[in-house]
Amino acid sequence: MTLEIVLFVIFALVCLVSGILMVTRVNPVISALFLVVNFGSLAGLYLTLNAQFIAVAQVIIYAGAIMVFFLFVIMLINPEHEKRFLEYKPQLKIFAVAIAVLVFLQIAYIILFSKPSEGVSREVAASVKAGTIEQIGRELFTKYVLPFEAVGYLLLSAAIGALVLAKKKFK
Amino acid sequence: MQIPIEYYLILSAALFMTGIVGVLIRRNAIIVFMSIELMLNSANLTLITFSSYLGNSIGQIFVFFVMAVAAAEAAIGLAIIIALFRNKLTVNLDEINIFKW
Amino acid sequence: MLNNIQEFYNILPLIIIGGLILVSLIIEMYSESSEKILPWLSIIGFLFVGIYSLVEVGRTSIVLQNMLATGGVVNIFWLIFNITAAIVCLLSINYIKKYGAYYGEYYIIIQTSVLGMMLMAGAKDLIVIFLGLEVMSISFYVLAGFNRNRSSANEASLKYFLLGAFATGFLVYGIALIYGKATTTSIDAISLNFSALSGNVLFLTGVLLFLIGFSFKIAAFPFHMWVPDVYQGSPTTVAGLFSTAGKAAGFSALIVTFAALFGGPHGHLFTPYLSAIAVFSMLFGSIVAIMQTDIKRMLAYSSIAHAGYMLIGLASGNIDGVAGIIFYLAAYSFMNLAAFGIVSILEGKEETNLDLDSYAGLGTRSPFIAGLFALIMFALAGIPPFAGFFGKYYVFIAAIKSDLTWLAMVGILSSMISVYFYLRLVVIMYFKSSETEDKVSYTASEIIAVVIAVVFVIILGLAPGSFIDLVTKFL
Repeated sequence: MTLEIVLFVIFALVCLVSGILMVTRVNPVISALFLVVNFGSLAGLYLTLNAQFIAVAQVIIYAGAIMVFFLFVIMLINPEHEKRFLEYKPQLKIFAVAIAVLVFLQIAYIILFSKPSEGVSREVAASVKAGTIEQIGRELFTKYVLPFEAVGYLLLSAAIGALVLAKKKFK
Repeated sequence: MQIPIEYYLILSAALFMTGIVGVLIRRNAIIVFMSIELMLNSANLTLITFSSYLGNSIGQIFVFFVMAVAAAEAAIGLAIIIALFRNKLTVNLDEINIFKW
Repeated sequence: MLNNIQEFYNILPLIIIGGLILVSLIIEMYSESSEKILPWLSIIGFLFVGIYSLVEVGRTSIVLQNMLATGGVVNIFWLIFNITAAIVCLLSINYIKKYGAYYGEYYIIIQTSVLGMMLMAGAKDLIVIFLGLEVMSISFYVLAGFNRNRSSANEASLKYFLLGAFATGFLVYGIALIYGKATTTSIDAISLNFSALSGNVLFLTGVLLFLIGFSFKIAAFPFHMWVPDVYQGSPTTVAGLFSTAGKAAGFSALIVTFAALFGGPHGHLFTPYLSAIAVFSMLFGSIVAIMQTDIKRMLAYSSIAHAGYMLIGLASGNIDGVAGIIFYLAAYSFMNLAAFGIVSILEGKEETNLDLDSYAGLGTRSPFIAGLFALIMFALAGIPPFAGFFGKYYVFIAAIKSDLTWLAMVGILSSMISVYFYLRLVVIMYFKSSETEDKVSYTASEIIAVVIAVVFVIILGLAPGSFIDLVTKFL
């Protein structure tokens, strides 16, 4: 039992449990808060994988910006609780859960069967180097410059679109 | 790197399926959207796992782009939800079904 | 980083569209009458880029660190997207006034969607495909709900958005699994290594998830349920853009990803899956379209069926199939755009005149429009002298060459079913008497847009061989 395994088990459990709780809570605010916990524990998992830059970005962008935005909207429109969400068409929903569990078992089987550990280096030095902000920044501004520009236009169109949909005065 | 890569992959598959279940069983548009964010995050976990175990940073760069896309989608999606709420005073997907098959 | 001036000329179309977006934004900010200037500016930009792409079609190159291909098939796709978008802008000038969305931002968002499509068609890397897809989709979500005071538009954009984001989840997970096994996201590198990778189940699962995510964009079987609702709820001209350029962009990315495998030993690896979704899309679309009474829903189900026919070309897994799809996409874009154009001309305020019955007596009320519409219906049904027939012909021939005769037979069966609902509209227009005697009023720009699209349908029908030759030269 090294520290690495202990950390993995803790973060993985928090991640799974908060994910399941987020999907099942009837109050949207509590759901959103569980999603924040989930994103935080994912950032912890990224740290165990030596992805420092992405771990920090995860906390700042997802847990910080996006979830605050979600909470604002939830509080702004204050939707009613979905009290009867298992009463409305329960067979269909149980069926959906059963299918999802089956598909999960299938994918888990595929993952175990296809031996993903073959061909991976497992070198700590290489993995630490891949996750540094220096390495990511260098690749982002040289090799991946076209996607980077595309992201600029993506955010521009999203900003225009959000303004049109939410703010523009319609006659 | 003592933890086998399979652990991370199975964890992310489980999160992905949790997200799918959320999309299928919930009727509140905002919670459905949060479940979709969960799906995207589980895919990010897979990408970072591979990136870290392979020692190349393409996966982490892709995650960076996925985060930007998620932010843009959040802006648009919540704007659409607010516009809908202004007209119909509900975000329940069962109640906004005016189109028929 | 561009290595020389020629590479700059090769990506000039992307730079022009990108610059056009910024210029339009500035005009929108400072001009009081931007909604009058921007459509013409967009049309000029789109036409210039379209013609430039056609002129430069021979200059194939791969630029920007193996991220983007230019020339050849890519330029032909750029031509299709830009001409389609120009026609949509021409149609929209009058329509969005009627629809209550008379704002300049409408055109800016059409421009960003075209930029996304162009990135998808030229992509040489899964990251570029993903980002192009998202630039396009985010613009489409906004366009679908552009008039936020209409609850039908709100609902259409919410449905489109939620299902689109759901499909994006599958796409990203699929790309993650592909990356995990291939250790790269470069499409060329993956195709080179395909023999080694194709034995791995995890990799194949990734490709399957990628295909499932994409079937949303091309409106094919597992993710088709949004199509009728979104087409019905969004502005008619925008629905025309979704069903033509949007579908073409989805197929362009699929062709980019899979065409490298065709002709090789693994060309038929995905044939079972692709033929299954082709069969379901064709039959489902054609049969359900018969039951529709709303013209936009009918066109939506027919669009699902057409996605099925195009998938036959992909399922056949040879170069003829790819050339057939590209021809089919060009023909279908102009046919469907003309159909949606006429629907938008006839549509009244507040979404009236969309029932099939409101087309009764059109043959006597407005013989010219009825004649054009009848011609388009014949073309969509695949009746010989028009482009629609040759599109189907090429994909069916490609399927037969790959010993998929049964698939071609299902396609022919489905076309025969679809003749019924296309011709029913013609019968309603000419042989059913209407209560009103109102003439249809239209503006010059709308009718010019429809006539241009119809002329393209006729030209492609008269000389299909030259287009196919042009495409095959670059495959």
